[in-house]
Amino acid sequence: MKVAYWPGCVSRGFTPELHGSMAQIAPLLDIELVALDRASCCGAGVIAEHNPELADTLNARTFALAQQAEGTALMMNICSTCQGSQSECQERLDASADYRARINATLADEGLTYEKGLTNKNFLWLLVEEIGLDALRERVRRPLTDLRVGPFYGCYIVRPADRLGIDDARPRETYLGQVIEALGGTVTDYAGTHKCCGFPIITMNKDASLKQAGRHLGDAIDAGADCLVTPCPLCHLNLDLQQPLAERTVGRDLGMPVLHLPQLVGLALGLAPDQLGLQRHIVKPTAVIDWTTAVVGEIDSATAAGG
Amino acid sequence: MAEFTLRLRRYDPESGEGPFWEEHTIDLEPHRSVLEGILQAKDRFDGSIGIRCSCRAAICGSCGVKINGQPDLACHTHLERAKRRSKDGIIEVEPMGNMPVIKDLIVDMEAVHWKKIRRVTPWLIAKQPVPEREYIVPRETMVDVTQSMACIQCGACVSDCLSMEVDPEFIGPAALAKAYRFVGDPRDAQHRERLEDLAEDPHGIYDCTHCFQCISACPKGVAPMNQIMRLRRRAGNDFHIEDRNNGERHERAFVSLIKRNGLLDEAELLPRSYGGDSALAKFKPSAAAELASSLPVIARALLRRKLTPAAVLKPHKLPRADRDQIKRIYDEVDGPDERVEFNIYISGKDEDR
Repeated sequence: MKVAYWPGCVSRGFTPELHGSMAQIAPLLDIELVALDRASCCGAGVIAEHNPELADTLNARTFALAQQAEGTALMMNICSTCQGSQSECQERLDASADYRARINATLADEGLTYEKGLTNKNFLWLLVEEIGLDALRERVRRPLTDLRVGPFYGCYIVRPADRLGIDDARPRETYLGQVIEALGGTVTDYAGTHKCCGFPIITMNKDASLKQAGRHLGDAIDAGADCLVTPCPLCHLNLDLQQPLAERTVGRDLGMPVLHLPQLVGLALGLAPDQLGLQRHIVKPTAVIDWTTAVVGEIDSATAAGG
Repeated sequence: MAEFTLRLRRYDPESGEGPFWEEHTIDLEPHRSVLEGILQAKDRFDGSIGIRCSCRAAICGSCGVKINGQPDLACHTHLERAKRRSKDGIIEVEPMGNMPVIKDLIVDMEAVHWKKIRRVTPWLIAKQPVPEREYIVPRETMVDVTQSMACIQCGACVSDCLSMEVDPEFIGPAALAKAYRFVGDPRDAQHRERLEDLAEDPHGIYDCTHCFQCISACPKGVAPMNQIMRLRRRAGNDFHIEDRNNGERHERAFVSLIKRNGLLDEAELLPRSYGGDSALAKFKPSAAAELASSLPVIARALLRRKLTPAAVLKPHKLPRADRDQIKRIYDEVDGPDERVEFNIYISGKDEDR
């Protein structure tokens, strides 16, 4: 399927391995990425905090660019924070024809218009709802047998439920667990799965921020997880990049690897850890997890990737 | 009639025993409330079950509890819905979080919630001279605060606040929403003083981690986090309060970096959040100290090639033509004119009309 692809800022900045791994796995899942390389930052809640109309206009511009991308079925992002920020703006834009007209008037100079009803899905949602878990299962070359994975969603992709289209028919707050199982792994439940990584206040209250990250990582260790997986690169910054500082804040050794969702999928599809940028993490999953024992049914990764 | 099983968390600190779970099966029509279920269990099986309640109509705010892990009013949740949302067909009820338990489902609201409410001076400090008769204000100037006025003080947002979970001193969602009720009120004379107080407090408006828990928890649609963002907006944009917590600096730096590049330049955001919105920020003592403390992290990221020197020195940005578009949008929408905020709580949705 062909999607208008919004990678976000952090996936190309401080977590380049996220955008890189998504590009690696897309062809293996028959996803054609049409990059929205003219779109701007979603605002990550900060621009909306400063001026909601500015955030709505910038994201309406992104949505309009996505609607112009020829042959695409929908817009796809790979960041929980982009998903939540954009859903919030879209909710306001879709709520009122008058407000939409006001925003579109600002975009008119460049010939852009946002039309109500864009479908914008995080890769996690697309994986479950568009590709389907059965199809995903069929493509697994290297099941993540014996790998105990703790889900970490990121606030923006689970709350508030109604804005994010979460209901009994689409229990999106359970999708990470479903994907982990479809890839052959085991879900580790722990207290922090749907909590906040603390990243938004890292410059305002560093201690409280790192306490959040450290506590969730510690809880996951206590629950027996080998690693965490997250669809949010901002969570990844606090959980991985800042993990050495989080260790100091909570006063315990952590050493918990945190994978981006496309990396976990890529491993199961048969790609090698270094193709997915796993060696770039601060807590190296390649060093912490012994893939030859953790992953049963191990096959040569080059063969797997080649089909 | 239908049967429902409740799993209640019981705890009596005077007993010397730890908390425990206790199950009771009740029969009521499916559309009756969880509160009615608890009261039936209390009536039929154990009169010592502790639950605080009064109006039974979702207006007094007394019966806040956690149902299947989610905070809500017990009188506001149908048994049928609660059962459907349970993990094993049994409706689990426990006391709210972030507050000490007095007994069973009753928490000490005084020790946390009311103390924090008092912290924000929750009354109108009138402009002088006080008019002889009532204040007359245009209707539209009060519309903005109606959302925060809808609060019934049930404590559901306090229960699940993730900032408070790690920082018990955080003023918290309910009290800050109450603060906005006065900062947004044209009759109040102390907007600046209130905002300076809440911006400078390390546990004030900039201690909110923007996790949406309070928005999900609130049974009245108050969206406390949105009220906190309004307080930040007023403090930073309208009163230019440069707080000691980097809150205003972080917001200003973020917004201006997007205006410049269209995309986020993380390497610049950090020093500017500490040292102010300038390319020279990194040389200011406040920023330099922070950067120095982050050096081991930065060094490791460079070593792992997670970050490359090029990425740090040459940030990604949009093509020139698109940067110009972004700048134009900023100039039109973020100019000196009055900010427009479309609030669905107040305006409603087209399809609901």
